[in-house]
Amino acid sequence: MHASSNTAAHGEAEWLTGAELTVRLLERQGVRVLSGIPGGAILPFYDALSASTEIHHVLARHEQGAGFIAQGMARTTGQAAVCLASSGPGATNLLTAIADAKLDSIPLVAITGQVPQSMIGTDAFQEVDTYGLSVPITKHNFLVDSAEALLEVIPRAFSLALSGRPGPVLVDIPKDVQLQRIAVSRWPEPGCAQAAPAPDADKIAQAAQMINQAKRPILYLGGGVVHSGASEAAVTLAEQASLPTTMTLMALGAMPVDHPLSLGMLGMHGAPYTNLALEECDLLIAVGARFDDRATGKVAAFCPNAAIIHIDIDPSELDKIKTAHIGIAGDVGAVLAQLLPQVQATLREDWNQRVAQLKAERPLQLPGLDDPRSHYGLVQAVADALDDSAFVATDVGQHQMWVAQAYPLRRPRQWLTSGGLGTMGFGLPTAIGAALANPERTVVCFSGDGSILMNIQEFATLAEAGLNVKVVLMNNASLGLVHQQQELFYGERIFASRFIAQPDFLQIARGFRIAELDLDAAADPRAALKQALNAPGPCLIHASIDVKEKVYPMVPPGAANKEMIGG
Amino acid sequence: MTAEQLTRPVLEIDVNNHPGVMSHVVGLFSRRAYNVEGIICVPVGSGETSRIWLQINEDERLEQIVKQVEKLEDVLVVRRHDAGHPAFAGLERYAG
Ligand SMILES: Cc1ncc(C[n+]2csc(CCOP(=O)(O)OP(=O)(O)O)c2C)c(N)n1
Repeated sequence: MHASSNTAAHGEAEWLTGAELTVRLLERQGVRVLSGIPGGAILPFYDALSASTEIHHVLARHEQGAGFIAQGMARTTGQAAVCLASSGPGATNLLTAIADAKLDSIPLVAITGQVPQSMIGTDAFQEVDTYGLSVPITKHNFLVDSAEALLEVIPRAFSLALSGRPGPVLVDIPKDVQLQRIAVSRWPEPGCAQAAPAPDADKIAQAAQMINQAKRPILYLGGGVVHSGASEAAVTLAEQASLPTTMTLMALGAMPVDHPLSLGMLGMHGAPYTNLALEECDLLIAVGARFDDRATGKVAAFCPNAAIIHIDIDPSELDKIKTAHIGIAGDVGAVLAQLLPQVQATLREDWNQRVAQLKAERPLQLPGLDDPRSHYGLVQAVADALDDSAFVATDVGQHQMWVAQAYPLRRPRQWLTSGGLGTMGFGLPTAIGAALANPERTVVCFSGDGSILMNIQEFATLAEAGLNVKVVLMNNASLGLVHQQQELFYGERIFASRFIAQPDFLQIARGFRIAELDLDAAADPRAALKQALNAPGPCLIHASIDVKEKVYPMVPPGAANKEMIGG
Repeated sequence: MTAEQLTRPVLEIDVNNHPGVMSHVVGLFSRRAYNVEGIICVPVGSGETSRIWLQINEDERLEQIVKQVEKLEDVLVVRRHDAGHPAFAGLERYAG
């Protein structure tokens, strides 16, 4: 950026309030859409925002919705997105979405209003310790004590959210700071991602040697590959060294599922052959993955015969769960770029044949894939009606895992799911955010009848914005995944997981003035789906699902991955 | 304090000095159910930064927690003293 653009016009200072200069800083940061809900302690900011011609505010109906709307924007673009809330209940309502962003490493900047500084610590109306509450769920947080400080804090918040391992940053701004007027004569540069330290070249050389010498290596991709924009490099590495490649829930789409080297997802609901191949591998190359317990199963029994190369931008992930033989701290894209020229091109026929044999013997079973009235078939039919440009969001439960298993995800950032926190209610607002950031695309959100009720108010936000969000509601009148666990692991004692009163979701959609489709009643469900998914604007597609259907295979919690049941 | 207590590992941590920094540092330990046995904190120089000494128990998680402390934005440096630190010896008489 040109130096002169940092100086106010004519070199004169502008007198701006903290609120006005924050809006200006967000504009300079390139923020064009943000979401939130106003309230007393953030009204000065909202007043300043109303004057902005560059920033479009999307009024959410619950602050958690605003947080996930921001996540939808951030997850699809890789840019830091902003959500807003007032003090007290506004801030506490945001927390779940912030914690979710922390666990999935999503760059967010949450701005909250706070009571005036003179009242902090007096139990004032709508005062909560937002700073204290957000310490453990943010990458960093600020309680701003002057308008002057905002000039430094706002760009830094963006830089922190985007640098290294991305994550959420919270900025709590007391009302008096929003109202304080100061002279601004110079603007700071917008905050951007700082380059990660250069990786250790010797370790990369050793890693290359290990890959070249391995007989049965597997490439294990995590969400860090997507965040780093390194999917293409990862696929190139796989192809060059003929590496069978598995992905975590967070990495789905990094390698197209139908790529010949793809083993799909590993872990709790991964394909049997994938988990069995991991049992046999002699080298595990973990890239931007963190050995999450849902992926590894019982850690001591995970890849029992393998040496481990672990590449991650966050040094604290190295050796956290599994001790790596080679741990490389660095941006995975940068590491892969240096690694690639040192990795020999090989076909590795024996190992790939063995993997193919395992796949033939123990494939992922997707019964009913041809029947759009069954769970897997519905996922497939939705995919058939859309192209790869569509985004796929989910809520949390059985439906989430069915989609993870069956939807042909083919590109990074196509897949929006709550991996680390597993937050029911994630789907609808995240899909809205994805559509706001990508208005020309279609966003499909698979949800369950439990999850959808957790943020159903965002249908109002959706109707207002008129976005291309299609909610596919897989209704089993139950908290299906809980029901499944009770059936399998709690002696079939079904408790608190069946819904007795069942809302009429189609009527609810009508109440929100959203188009609806009752798939149960459709004579030709495929044709009806195609029509509904491709018509512009929002739609709720309702399908009944048998509560007896399970997500298989399943590794019992705490068991080794090879002890999976079903499938 | 017993001799054994005095040879507990100590982390010496330089931090930016502001009201939230203690909760960032100490919270890291409590969140991981890692007990902090002793704390000393003093401002350094003009008061822009502070130095914290944390007396802790040796544990296999120590390595990991040091990395987590290093990640905190307000932490400038972490030094490990695996055989204790004299800063705590002088406090003995106040903790009779
Ligand atoms: C906010 C929240 N509360 C509770 C849970 C625990 N939980 C995980 S899955 C699930 C059931 C989800 O039901 P539904 O959305 O209907 O999906 P289904 O499993 O039936 O497909 C529950 C309660 C959770 N993940 N998130």
